[in-house]
Amino acid sequence: MRDRNDYSAFFYVFPAALILLVFHIFPVIYSFLLSIFRGSLKNPMRHFIGIENYLELAADIEFWKAMVNTVYFAVGSVPVGIFIALFVALLLNQKLKGLGIYRTIYYLPVITSIAAVALVWKWLFEKNSGFFNQILKMVGITPSGWLQESKGIFQVMVESVGGSLPDILHGPSVALCCIIVMSVWKSLGYNVVIFLAGLQNIPRHLYEAAEIDGASKFQQFRNVTWPLLGPTTFFVFIMSTITSFQVFVQVFMMTPFGGPERSTSVVVFYLYEKAFKTFEFGYASAMAYVLFIIIFGLTILQKKFVGDKVHYGT
Amino acid sequence: MIQSHAKQKLFHKSMVHFGLITGGILMCFPFFWMILTSLKSPSEVLDVNHWFPREKTYLSAQAGSDPVQVEILEEGVKVRVREILSGKIHQVEPDQIQKKTFLWSNYATAWNKVKPSFSRYFVNSAVIAIVTTFGQVLTSILAAYAFVFFQFPFRNLLFIVFLATMMVPQEMILIPNYLILSELGWIDTYMALIIPWLAGVFGIFMLRQFFMQLPMELFDAAMIDGCSKFGFLFRILIPLSIPPILTISIFTFLGSWNSLLWPLIVTNSQHMRTIQVGISYFSQAEGTEWELLMAASTFCILPLIIFYLFAQRYFVQGEAASGLKG
Repeated sequence: MRDRNDYSAFFYVFPAALILLVFHIFPVIYSFLLSIFRGSLKNPMRHFIGIENYLELAADIEFWKAMVNTVYFAVGSVPVGIFIALFVALLLNQKLKGLGIYRTIYYLPVITSIAAVALVWKWLFEKNSGFFNQILKMVGITPSGWLQESKGIFQVMVESVGGSLPDILHGPSVALCCIIVMSVWKSLGYNVVIFLAGLQNIPRHLYEAAEIDGASKFQQFRNVTWPLLGPTTFFVFIMSTITSFQVFVQVFMMTPFGGPERSTSVVVFYLYEKAFKTFEFGYASAMAYVLFIIIFGLTILQKKFVGDKVHYGT
Repeated sequence: MIQSHAKQKLFHKSMVHFGLITGGILMCFPFFWMILTSLKSPSEVLDVNHWFPREKTYLSAQAGSDPVQVEILEEGVKVRVREILSGKIHQVEPDQIQKKTFLWSNYATAWNKVKPSFSRYFVNSAVIAIVTTFGQVLTSILAAYAFVFFQFPFRNLLFIVFLATMMVPQEMILIPNYLILSELGWIDTYMALIIPWLAGVFGIFMLRQFFMQLPMELFDAAMIDGCSKFGFLFRILIPLSIPPILTISIFTFLGSWNSLLWPLIVTNSQHMRTIQVGISYFSQAEGTEWELLMAASTFCILPLIIFYLFAQRYFVQGEAASGLKG
């Protein structure tokens, strides 16, 4: 009886289909249309201007700055985040007392509101009496401006030993690095859980065989864990990269104006300003499309290489 | 030999515990510092030499005003005190003097410092998150039911289109949705905050996976026994699917409760603010009163932590669903 078409199915699919079509699928087309028109708040699609918004975007220094900051953010947070998460997952992937408590603690930041915890980190990094500067003062190091410091992190490091770097090598600003630290902390638990699931899927007998062959713990990691964990690592890598291209809330909360010399302005932050502060919907839509294409590309990459082996949760 | 092996194992285990505990302390430290700050007085917040709040002396409130922090100059039948801020000197009765270490009153102050008050923001967040969760779970169940148990034209195409929305980042649909909702006149209403999120692909996808594991004979048998399709859904399928439904509910609820960007954009009035929007405005308005900001962060985060500790089982199941299939 299930082989024949049953049109009552449409009744069941309808509510979800309606919402998804109107608010999630149609906007993709609408957004593109907006990006090739110019107009006002009341009538955003008055003049057809073709790819003019995109050309303007390509010449917008501020946009490129936001793009570079976003890439800095991704490069700064993803590999470090993966490394720490894998390390913690390896520690947790053993028969231990209190495993549940450890898992709870490491997962805690994931479930908390990002706006509230971003505020807590803003306070930790506060210039005058924030925790990190208290520590620096205690050990006798000159306190940093943290979220108000626009100097590149590499420049700061090199300066501390008396050198100097060419502008292009200055790296992300100290302010952006603070936001990176906060973001790694926030998402660590999520990555740990995914790595744990991956680790638990590695057959035990491979380790037993390796042990019999006299492989050390490190060799076991190098030749069993790491290769078999490949798909998981790749999955975490791509998913974290996608999330880092979408970073917004922590930037907005910790540096409401895009940081010192706009050094924490990331793409979504700039998009938000263009769309909802100056109401340039067309221009912001063009930016959204560029972002979409980048994320879409990453998603395809993920689907192609990991595809069926991994299921994406939350 | 055996003994040294056991010793080595013990050493290894304690190193692992040491690492995990150190990491755990680092993970918890921001929360600890948040709570500590939320209980300090303004001058203690700025005091870099003491981490913990110390005992302070207050002159109990005159009708209608807050207690004033004072310094005792001379004790006796009457107590001579000096106000810390203004330097005014008073002669008061000993029972007017209060000693406090932790300023729990910061919570009440922060709660009422915003207009209308955090109560309103909590109600808004709760209404939005509950309705969104309920609606999204319902539409997901219905859609997943159709995708698994029914044969209909364009079934696979429709499912692929649904799945494709997973690739659309939220930023992409912000502006179009803002315009659609303005067109509908829904900006600054619950409608704008709830309706676009009444369906989600994550829920449909997860339930579909779950339904596909159930034996098809279940459906056939129910049909032969004269159960209606609607009856099968509500009397058999949903009771069988409580665990995945709870998992989806939790993640939808959290997503809704914690979201900032969307409510920030579609609300203008103070009455429509959610907690997250409230806290972002609060931080911009009270940028330097850290004891109040941290109190606000605490009561914003605490319900989630309590909720998490109770519902942990279903979080774990959701985590498992996000892992490898093997």
